[in-house]
Amino acid sequence: MTTQVQYPFDQTLIESFSVQNNEPDWFKNLRLAALEKFDALPLPNPDRTKIDKWNFTHFQQHTQESSVYTNVDELPEQVKGLINVEGGVKNLYVQHNQTVGFVSLSDDLKQKGVIFTDLLTAIKEHGDLVQKYFMTNAVNVDENRLTAFHTALVNGGAFLYIPQNVQIDEPIQTIFVHDRADAPLINHVLIVADKNSAVTYVENYFSLNDELEGIANIVTEVIALDNANIKFGAVDTLAQGITTYVNRRGYAEQDARIEWALGLMNDGHTISDNTTNLHGDGSFADTKTVVVGRGKQIQNFTTRVIHHGKGTEGFILKHGVVKDSATTVFNGIGKIEHGASKSNAEQETRVLMLSDKARGDANPILLIDEDDVLAGHAASVGRVDPTQLYYLMSRGISKTEAERLIIYGFLAPVVNQLPVEGVKKQLTEVIERKVK
Amino acid sequence: MAGSTLVINDLHVAIEDKEIIKGLDLEIKPGEFHAIMGPNGAGKSTLASAIMGHPKYEITSGTVTLNGKDVLEMAVDERAKAGMFLAMQYPSEISGVTNADFLRSAINAKREEGNEIPLMKFIKKLDKTMEYLEMDVNMAQRYLNEGFSGGEKKRNEILQLMMLEPSIAILDEIDSGLDIDALKVVAKGINAMRSNDFSCLIITHYQRLLNYITPDFVHVMIQGKIVKSGGPELAQRLEADGYDWIKKELGIEDEIEVG
Repeated sequence: MTTQVQYPFDQTLIESFSVQNNEPDWFKNLRLAALEKFDALPLPNPDRTKIDKWNFTHFQQHTQESSVYTNVDELPEQVKGLINVEGGVKNLYVQHNQTVGFVSLSDDLKQKGVIFTDLLTAIKEHGDLVQKYFMTNAVNVDENRLTAFHTALVNGGAFLYIPQNVQIDEPIQTIFVHDRADAPLINHVLIVADKNSAVTYVENYFSLNDELEGIANIVTEVIALDNANIKFGAVDTLAQGITTYVNRRGYAEQDARIEWALGLMNDGHTISDNTTNLHGDGSFADTKTVVVGRGKQIQNFTTRVIHHGKGTEGFILKHGVVKDSATTVFNGIGKIEHGASKSNAEQETRVLMLSDKARGDANPILLIDEDDVLAGHAASVGRVDPTQLYYLMSRGISKTEAERLIIYGFLAPVVNQLPVEGVKKQLTEVIERKVK
Repeated sequence: MAGSTLVINDLHVAIEDKEIIKGLDLEIKPGEFHAIMGPNGAGKSTLASAIMGHPKYEITSGTVTLNGKDVLEMAVDERAKAGMFLAMQYPSEISGVTNADFLRSAINAKREEGNEIPLMKFIKKLDKTMEYLEMDVNMAQRYLNEGFSGGEKKRNEILQLMMLEPSIAILDEIDSGLDIDALKVVAKGINAMRSNDFSCLIITHYQRLLNYITPDFVHVMIQGKIVKSGGPELAQRLEADGYDWIKKELGIEDEIEVG
């Protein structure tokens, strides 16, 4: 027996949304083609987590008009804390639910040809670029039901393009503020760093209140063309009632580098896929992830580096703290394809358990289809080391404070790598609040 | 901090049900430097760890008091706050926590809330102390002991000693693994602490360290007990003649492990 599931969207809704946005035909057709494939595609299959009962696709309303922030002063206080207000806001995009809240790009970068705008505007004004890279190289529309859902219904996001030979020193920042349960975040960030360019980007997904329920479907595509260098930072703090599918995918051409620093601090059920395709010879990926699981939340973090090019290097580091009765699964996958000789795939996963009822699972996988390579993995699941506690306490530090220091230090690799002081501070505070 | 008196009375310590310290008595008064020497396996390091409260060691009987207060009733951090310090033979590595942040937390832990050490004052003191100990200034921003060489770890223990200014310090084989130049620096740091308000228990296998730090009293520990005490000259005799003459004099038989 098959049950016909009723979804809260159909061709009419998508068409009218697309028309309302004045989207070009190619984009509307992409949406509709995705909708057609949607139902027949399977859900993603994260190793060791069963998600078939989770709600990823139901929402009350597809879009919600939210307030615009006409200047920096109008931004919510928590958002102000994330940016460098005093230094003058330079390169910032703030989105309020699905509404473009605030966009700013320095004149200098505009003159150099940098494009930084909301996604729906980019589709209209920079259609050629977006069409070339949107759901083509990094993520495919029909990978699974949620990527198709995403393509059909994407209702927000940002586009960043760095032209050839442009090296940006100051970080580019996006903040996605979520404060309405009836507004699903179906958000897409597309970053294209052209040849020999360099950029540092940091994003926040942020629930303003803790009581929200709903869904987030986030796809981020990070494209580094030949010899480009992308440093990507993210801190996610979506509320307990939000079920999140987040897919951050990198694609590196020859000699390109992508470095990820991800602080994944959602309070709700979360499936996170962070994959980097090392397509070109000599390309490089370094991915650092820290997470905290608490309450009853179930989370699955898959980090994958796929080596296609010769002489590619991939490093995966994941540190997780699990407390209460939370379940957290870490899948680390280093895959070296046939022909990717002289490549190196390394990974390390460490899980710190703070309660008897918590479940933590570190699952390192190396898939190697080439002889002349290097690969290694280390994984551990354990408690706070009593000898370390003793050492710190022997200097007069209380047990609580000693534990705090050890846990903080354990999650420090990502904090230290975030480029914006406010975001660093926020992640530190979130960690402290969550592990306390 | 005014000086402290540490009194150890008939102390017995076991690890995993095996008794290591078998009735040990010792009194250290303010300003005094004591050295405990002994062959490997005598229980010297066990004594140091047990006094500080290492979770692996079980005190089966006896008392330890600091200025009349029961040390064994105190949690490890309370012992430190009461004025005790242990320079460890194998300091832990704590990733992600910088040396400087750790030291500031430790200093502030001993101070009342609202009376934290001013940042500038802390930095000045840290810089000055590191310079005194001939340490690379970058070590303040490195993670606590992570990737430090053996010698760097020992120097870092002395840095903590000088920053935290305890009233009594136990130095557990602070000389092991040090070359002569590092040994001199470590000794310089310890000697700089000398005052009527600071006492010290130096645990060492070799007499070498005592060429640079002159103890007021030297004790010989064999098989979990202090078997002989004297002045600095006792250390020199041990260096020259080893421990056998004491065993012979006191009729101590070597313990044979029963398998």
